[in-house]
Amino acid sequence: MSAPLWPGALAAGLVTALAIAFMWAENEWEVMAILVTAAVGTVLARRTGWLAPATRAFTERESAMNRLAILGLVVFVAFFHDDHFPLLMVGTVLVYFLVCLGLTIQFGYAGMVNFAAAAFLGVGCYTAAVLTAHTAIPHLVVLAIGGAVAALIGSILILPVLRTRGHYSAVVTIAFVLLFKTFLEVNDTLGGPQGLKLPSMQVLGWKFNQNFSVAGIEFSFYVSYVLVALALVVVAFALTRRLERSWIGLSLDAVRLDDTAAACFGVHIARWKIVAFTLGNFMAGVAGALYALMLGFIAPTNFTFGDSLIMVSIILLGGIGNPWGAALAAAIVVVLPEKLQLIQEYRFLLYAALVILVLLYRPEGLLPRRLRVYLPGWKPR
Amino acid sequence: MSAPVLALEGFTRRFGGLVALDQLDMTVGEGEIVGLIGPNGSGKTTCFNVLTGIYEASAGRARFLGRDITNLPAQAVYEAGIARTFQRSRLCLPLSIVDNIMLGNHKRLAHGLWFNLFRRAAFARQYEQAFGEARELVRVFDAPLAERMFEAVGTLPMIDRRRIEICRALVSRPRLLLLDEPSAGMTEEETRELMDDILEVRGRIAGLTIVIIEHEMGVIERVTERCVVLNFGKKISEGSYREVAADRQVQEAYLGVE
Repeated sequence: MSAPLWPGALAAGLVTALAIAFMWAENEWEVMAILVTAAVGTVLARRTGWLAPATRAFTERESAMNRLAILGLVVFVAFFHDDHFPLLMVGTVLVYFLVCLGLTIQFGYAGMVNFAAAAFLGVGCYTAAVLTAHTAIPHLVVLAIGGAVAALIGSILILPVLRTRGHYSAVVTIAFVLLFKTFLEVNDTLGGPQGLKLPSMQVLGWKFNQNFSVAGIEFSFYVSYVLVALALVVVAFALTRRLERSWIGLSLDAVRLDDTAAACFGVHIARWKIVAFTLGNFMAGVAGALYALMLGFIAPTNFTFGDSLIMVSIILLGGIGNPWGAALAAAIVVVLPEKLQLIQEYRFLLYAALVILVLLYRPEGLLPRRLRVYLPGWKPR
Repeated sequence: MSAPVLALEGFTRRFGGLVALDQLDMTVGEGEIVGLIGPNGSGKTTCFNVLTGIYEASAGRARFLGRDITNLPAQAVYEAGIARTFQRSRLCLPLSIVDNIMLGNHKRLAHGLWFNLFRRAAFARQYEQAFGEARELVRVFDAPLAERMFEAVGTLPMIDRRRIEICRALVSRPRLLLLDEPSAGMTEEETRELMDDILEVRGRIAGLTIVIIEHEMGVIERVTERCVVLNFGKKISEGSYREVAADRQVQEAYLGVE
């Protein structure tokens, strides 16, 4: 058949081991050492050509590798099963990843730069906060409503976004994210600057906010959230992939690359921009609803322009239009400052420097997007 | 000559005070290859752009197969059966050859969200069929190129890009093909090859009508049956290549002789 699976499996195993070691490391020197090992190891593997078989496994044995990636995450969670902090980190990375899958559709495919991702995440958060406090709607449904409300509020923005061309639509979204935070701060019903508290998430009577034990092993309550986040990410990832590998993905690319030529071949520019924008905001909203329930407390300071910038920088860093790139970059951007307290203060400075370096030396991101493969594994006769 | 495929009446486009296209009357019959020529800035490309809905016409009408298509949006013009290429190649360079050709196949592919996301088996069948057709078409132009369908267009030389652009325009089986300076940026040899291919494809697609903008007079002489000559947006001559080439007004327009 096609490429052997084991180099990919080995790579996935190493990444998982590295991630566990990274989380396990106590002092900053250990963290640094692991980071340097990972970076040097990757570069060396590339130079010696050892990376190539692994890359081939990722492209040619894709569905197997997707399962291995999930397995890697499950192993990670199992390893830290009673440790709150690493699990909270994983949950946060998954939430950011979900938002960035939405951004991948908007920015990576349709070319609409959305600097309001944090605002749409916030819409999802506040929707969840209000609904769980005042209604008895089941929490899984609340997640969907969070997405729907974000998509709906996005549709207010769509008119000015469609009327502007190119990067001017980015300015519209910047205005929105600034407006959104101010609105939250002055709005007393939504808790003003103090924010809102949320109850524990509950699914079919299962309360998320308490530790639980299975077969005598104690699990952190975050495990439940991580599993829900993982399920959402898997679904969103599959949808994003299918979208890319379809005529719609092609139309979105055409809208981004040359809208005049696209229009001359029947592509309805506005329609696909609306689809991409709405779908992306829906994902951000769902992510927000889960994020709010997981944190149990939200405040306007979580949804600033700066947070939106971080999300866009995740896309730039990972590789525009490549969902795996977004996953890697989300992990780096979310976890790194938490483990390296010394850079916490200079977080934004470092991101800025990192993004500039990437744009200069690897403009396509850490994991550049590949050419479209409509049907994986299919070969013309 | 049979009933016209395309009929322009008083076709006009103004940009502020400049009349880029001035009262153009022109008909193109089924299966004809008509050359649209004239010096730089004489309104040839403007004519294509107004016709395909990129600009609005300031006055006049365009009829295509008996139907009024004046000022229809670009998408509707394409749906009606008019496809074009661009003067400066407008392919999506980061995308593959298949992608670029499929883009031209838009009206024959299903674009429903449900179909594309959840009916993957049906999608796969549609893809296989469309891919086969696209590869057949590329093969007419260049057989080796048909084996490189999954390569990015940005890595190809100019002649291959032109081929792909013409395939993109032809894949939806349009009734009218508008070629905007297909020889631009190519050697004489390459141009000759490309023209041979275009003529061959025309033989295969029944009733394909072509309007071609070209500066290379050798091309015009060889492929067109009739020419329309523009100068400052106005039609100054019409007829076979020999006739227009002998026309004093045309010579003045090109050479500027008194």
